[in-house]
Amino acid sequence: MSNLLTEPVLTALVAGALLAMVPLMFAALGESISERAGVLNIGLEGMMLFGAYAGFNGALYIHSSWIGLLLGAFGGMLAALVMVVLCVWMRLDQIVVGVGLFLFAEGVTSLLHGAQFGDSYPRIDHVSEIEVPLLSKIPVLGESVFHQHPIVYVGIAAVFLVHWMLRRTSAGLNLRAAGETPSALDAAGVDVTRTRTLAVLACGALAGIGGAYLSIIAAGSFTPMMTQGVGFIGIVLAMLARGKVMWVIALSFLFGISLSISTALQLAGVNISTDVIQMLPYVTVIAVLLLFARRSYLPSALALPYFRGER
Amino acid sequence: MITPDHLTSTAPTGGGASPAPAVELRGITKAYPGVVANDDIDLSVYAGEVHGLLGENGAGKSTLMSILSGMVQPDAGTIRVGGQEVSITSPRKALELGIGTVYQHLTLVPTLTVLENLMMGSGSALLDFGGARARFDELVATLGARIDPNAVASTLSLGELQQVEIVKALWRETRILVLDEPTSMLTPQGVTELQGVMQRLKDSGIAIIFITHKLHEAIEIGDRVSILKAGRRVGGIEPDELRARTPDELKTRIIDTMFGEGAAQLAGVAEMEVHTEEGGHHRELSGEVALELIDLSVDGGADEASVHDMTLSVHRGEILGIAGVDGNGQRQLAQAIAGQRPISGGDIRLEGSSIRKLGVPDRQRRGIGYVTDDRLHEGTVLDMSVAMNIVLKRIGERPFWRRGAIRQQEIDAFARDLVQRYEVRTPSVETNIGTLSGGNIQKVLLARELAFDPKLILYNKPTYGLDVKTASFVRSQIREQAEQGITVIVISTELDELVALCDRIAVMSSGRLTGVVDNGAGAHARVGELMLA
Repeated sequence: MSNLLTEPVLTALVAGALLAMVPLMFAALGESISERAGVLNIGLEGMMLFGAYAGFNGALYIHSSWIGLLLGAFGGMLAALVMVVLCVWMRLDQIVVGVGLFLFAEGVTSLLHGAQFGDSYPRIDHVSEIEVPLLSKIPVLGESVFHQHPIVYVGIAAVFLVHWMLRRTSAGLNLRAAGETPSALDAAGVDVTRTRTLAVLACGALAGIGGAYLSIIAAGSFTPMMTQGVGFIGIVLAMLARGKVMWVIALSFLFGISLSISTALQLAGVNISTDVIQMLPYVTVIAVLLLFARRSYLPSALALPYFRGER
Repeated sequence: MITPDHLTSTAPTGGGASPAPAVELRGITKAYPGVVANDDIDLSVYAGEVHGLLGENGAGKSTLMSILSGMVQPDAGTIRVGGQEVSITSPRKALELGIGTVYQHLTLVPTLTVLENLMMGSGSALLDFGGARARFDELVATLGARIDPNAVASTLSLGELQQVEIVKALWRETRILVLDEPTSMLTPQGVTELQGVMQRLKDSGIAIIFITHKLHEAIEIGDRVSILKAGRRVGGIEPDELRARTPDELKTRIIDTMFGEGAAQLAGVAEMEVHTEEGGHHRELSGEVALELIDLSVDGGADEASVHDMTLSVHRGEILGIAGVDGNGQRQLAQAIAGQRPISGGDIRLEGSSIRKLGVPDRQRRGIGYVTDDRLHEGTVLDMSVAMNIVLKRIGERPFWRRGAIRQQEIDAFARDLVQRYEVRTPSVETNIGTLSGGNIQKVLLARELAFDPKLILYNKPTYGLDVKTASFVRSQIREQAEQGITVIVISTELDELVALCDRIAVMSSGRLTGVVDNGAGAHARVGELMLA
């Protein structure tokens, strides 16, 4: 077991954790925004799948990971638009629509992919990574943390930005009020529907980027159902973060480690069945929920459609 | 917009250069399926004046207020603000027109700070904490209030929350302030404070619409009173008359207007209002102890009040009041006695035997009835029929159920009898209880507890939010029960009510029993002191 702490193993662990963390972080950040506005977005996984599919196509045909990520954001927003129309405008049940959206996304992206490529899985090569000067020379951390696609740093910056926005801007205040006491927001003259619409669209865009990261950068190809529950774990993370988005970074890194540990252990030559190792992230979810479920906080008006004049 | 002579002139009755009212409603009508909430209502409110809007529950006060605040659109009628005809299509529009509203139910976001709540909807992209703080200090000084602007709203007391609501309603150059039942959750001291606040606002030229169901408040606080009944404005009292007559004359007139000629005579004004003279009745207390609390403690956790080491005996056939400012552990105590909440220490004994370990159904079978203060959530299932709600605590028991099957006929017959006896106004027993008014729902809850021969009934705020007539009905029911030997515990924040009803009054403060006062001369003052102890 002494070769567990060697540099290649640690590098693989941290690099893998980052790779797994990024889509989770985007998804959980989006979900946090949506939940704070009072919309429980069960369809997060579906939005990621849309993002993954749209992003992959963008990157494959236009040969730019950035265009791919942008298209991924649009794909996620398109799925979010369904959620907006049905849940925010028409005020249908958010859980039913969310589950429906996930199943729909799963089916549609598989179908489109099958129609487009049949049984072949084309790959995207040469995704440009950047090496942060000097910092990338640090042992372990240099190779893993400072040698990444720039979207990783953009994502971390986005978390800080949302954190600041929630505390210091009117839009952030409206968001928080829309999820706690929408009638108060309405009485203050702010359009609850508009606030929630923007929140869900932002959530869709972020989930879409997370999905696109999975297909373009992490895997380099699109396979049906490739999100493998990342969206659902994102919902759990958002709840555990209690709307405090800075926690999203820490929590997604934790889950990232549990996802990347299999690679690291294989590198270290530890021989455990991969089936067992692949269970780790899900076991972690359950363990964390068991330990911290009482800590999770949900806004009072979460998943409740808003009708003006109702008490 | 408002010139100084608006401020000095009060009642522009008759002739000459009477200023335009700050708000003028003409022919306002609003119908909901099955009920006309507002029927051709005319109302004028003047700057620098408090217009009392009086009516029973369901008379249409809240609908009228919702129309003014832009939450509801009228079907017909015109609204003029400062002489200009306007249509108030949204809450934002109402704010732009200078109409601020303090709703009966609080509209603050509990997780935000006071200042954040006030900045909501400010329009600027970045939150201006400095500017908001300045405006806050200015308004708080006008009101004569003391509130920490950085406190999270959920940590404030009800009185403080209401002051924040008023600050919020005044936040944006408000000229017209609508107060919906603002006194319904304040202590006597709180009401006095609120009166001072309203006086200062009046002096600064603001027009106030003060909605209430309490006669004496409308008369004391209002400069002009309008009476609503079943959606119509059935009468009003002009400022001249309000000044000229004695309170008792005014009350008689209002009750006659509300319930028909001679109603005041029939029931007696004193009974309609809570009669506040002290030591009205002296009853011999039975020596038998019905309920005993021994060092009772209830852990309310981080978010709720706790009860600490309470020791108290209640005698058979006694009416024991429990007084205290809202949120001092009364609800937790009530739930602990009813069996809905575990106790963390001590014991509860009913007729000498401990019931500490019994669940709710067992306690009910032993004769404990509990009328909750949360009628709409805990007390009833709103989309079930009146009949089903009446047997809600008897699910599975004969004769209403047999071999697991509901016997609707038995239930309906039983319910019809109770509905008649307790004068519940409902189209039928099959009607969903949620469509009834608060007063009628409360009557159903009373009927439910009393129908099954209780030994002890625990009331939590039995007349909260009820109109005078229903409240008086409930109080006379409580007296009657005690006469029949039922032990009654009444938890209430309305001290007048406890003084009118009870044999003894126990006082709670911060979850502790601070004293027990025999009702009689001076009880009012002594309870007041103990409430703050």
